[in-house]
Amino acid sequence: MRVASPDLEQLVGMLRTMLLIRAFEEKADELFALGRIHGTMHLSLGQEAVAVGVCAALRADDYILSTHRGHGHCLAKGADPRLMMAEFLGKETGYCRGRGGSMHIADVRGGNLGANGIVAGGLPIATGVGLSIQMRRTGQVCVAFFGDGAANEGAFHEALNLAAIWMLPVVFVCENNQYAMSMPVRRAMRVERVSDRATAYGMPGATVDGMDVVAVHEAATSAVGRARAGGGPTLLECVTYRYRGHSKSDRQRYRGRDEVEAWRARDPIARLRARLTADGALTEAEADALAAEASAAIEDALRFAEAQPEPDPATLLQDVYA
Amino acid sequence: MRVLTYAEAVREALRQALADDERVFLLGEDIGVYGGAFGVTEGLLTEFGPERVRDTPISEAAITGCAIGAAVTGMRPVLEIQFMDFITLAMEQLVLQAAKIRYMFGGTARVPMVLRTPAGSGTGAAAQHSESLEAWFAHVPGLKVVAPSSSADAKGLLLASIRDDNPVIFVEHKLLYRTRGEVPEAPVPIPLGVAEVKRAGDDVTVIATSVMVPRALAAAERLAADGVAVEVIDPRTLRPLDAETLVASARKTGRVVVVYEAVKTLGIGAEIAARIAESEAFYHLRAPIVRLGGQEVPIPYNRRLEAAAVPQEDDIVEAVRQVMAA
Repeated sequence: MRVASPDLEQLVGMLRTMLLIRAFEEKADELFALGRIHGTMHLSLGQEAVAVGVCAALRADDYILSTHRGHGHCLAKGADPRLMMAEFLGKETGYCRGRGGSMHIADVRGGNLGANGIVAGGLPIATGVGLSIQMRRTGQVCVAFFGDGAANEGAFHEALNLAAIWMLPVVFVCENNQYAMSMPVRRAMRVERVSDRATAYGMPGATVDGMDVVAVHEAATSAVGRARAGGGPTLLECVTYRYRGHSKSDRQRYRGRDEVEAWRARDPIARLRARLTADGALTEAEADALAAEASAAIEDALRFAEAQPEPDPATLLQDVYA
Repeated sequence: MRVLTYAEAVREALRQALADDERVFLLGEDIGVYGGAFGVTEGLLTEFGPERVRDTPISEAAITGCAIGAAVTGMRPVLEIQFMDFITLAMEQLVLQAAKIRYMFGGTARVPMVLRTPAGSGTGAAAQHSESLEAWFAHVPGLKVVAPSSSADAKGLLLASIRDDNPVIFVEHKLLYRTRGEVPEAPVPIPLGVAEVKRAGDDVTVIATSVMVPRALAAAERLAADGVAVEVIDPRTLRPLDAETLVASARKTGRVVVVYEAVKTLGIGAEIAARIAESEAFYHLRAPIVRLGGQEVPIPYNRRLEAAAVPQEDDIVEAVRQVMAA
């Protein structure tokens, strides 16, 4: 592989992670179709560039708070696909011992303080993580991911205000994927952009193309740098799209096939791949090999997870309290 | 021994915890210069500075989440929610986040935070500033609920709550803030989950919580003059509940009155009565268990109506006579 510069090396790394997320999500979808998943899931297919572009701007010891659509964030923050898959299958050796599942995957040691089943539920918590960082003077940063739907919850407004008045090292990353379940963003808010709301709290706001990992990464790097330097929070809106329904029960009556196809034409993975092959950073064969590597890693994760033990009902009551 | 008011005892526990552990900090509405709506944090800002005695905007959900996030990442926050009623604005963070994070994450995280809050009626503050909602939280696995009734308990239980690695709802009663009692100077925690026999007696067991404890003790004193020996027990912690101590007393006396301020239906007294009825003490009961709880009504403003809405000393005396006559 001809890596001409550290930048290109980093871009190849981002492509690799996006491919891993896509492979995980496609496998999750397949497992659900086969009836092998207990419970629902929220797939992030199409939104890979946001998770990857943002997390690539973070240090290993930085924190993220994720959402119900959190598989991508978790992998982008460096989680082990084997332990994720084990959790997804509800196994004792999964990240949450099979107690959390898809909607609550957390990799606390890796800085992922958890996916969250409550829309905007992570935003107030992010302020506390930011405050703790500020009080412990560790120079870390906390990223709070949330969707466009969360921007209409009261918790969003309270949390952004608190982070702003205390200049907390928090980056609020809105994944605007156009729909809060079935509610289109244009019917749910009067402002043009979610990031317009930053002004109300006295913090910088920006909107970037969430289908372009380079643009996301650049904006995230700037916001993370500001937070780390004591410059306070930022509201970063990444305009993106989920290819699949909200969850597994979604019949998608609220949008047409043409719309989905139009967004798929802007696919973030195809876009980065095209750029890297055009730049000569990767050959087509090398790019294909990366995709095959990602699929193999997910197959390996699945084999690992399948072999893991189920939790013993005798352990049901463990860890309610510390 | 030294005598402190209940409010002073709470403050002393906060001061000692702040001095002892740099991870401890306070946050809440008007807890700094103002000293807290009930003056509990008076003087702590001067002593520990604005970073550790932190005034917040009126954003109950955000400040509760803030305490959670800080707790998960290594701090030990003590949050004041100005009136227990206002916890309703933070229910999601408390019940769906704080209580569940540890379990949902397979034991890989902990949430060592305390939420202190003044509860109860008797101040003329009417329906939205007089709630006793402790049963809501005692219903939630993952939370602990503590309700001290004396100065000594307030201090010792708060120290234990701050040292606990779980989210603790610490329910203070507004009418108790000015009550006085002996309090040891040393920072000695009182273990959570341990009831205390406040007065020993063989004829009837009165299990009372929070402000109902001093009322039950006053009632017991009057009943003693009639030759009725009342045992008064304060569970002190509502979750986990020290059922063993309660059951042992019920078994001994065979007569039980449970007194609590919250609305009677589905209040903590229902749980206590059920625990006794389910236990082997049932076979020793000489009368039906009596629950004396708040009336099925929002707390009214008018002084006479307000007093009529929750158990008073006379009601306790009457209830004890009723079980003695059975």
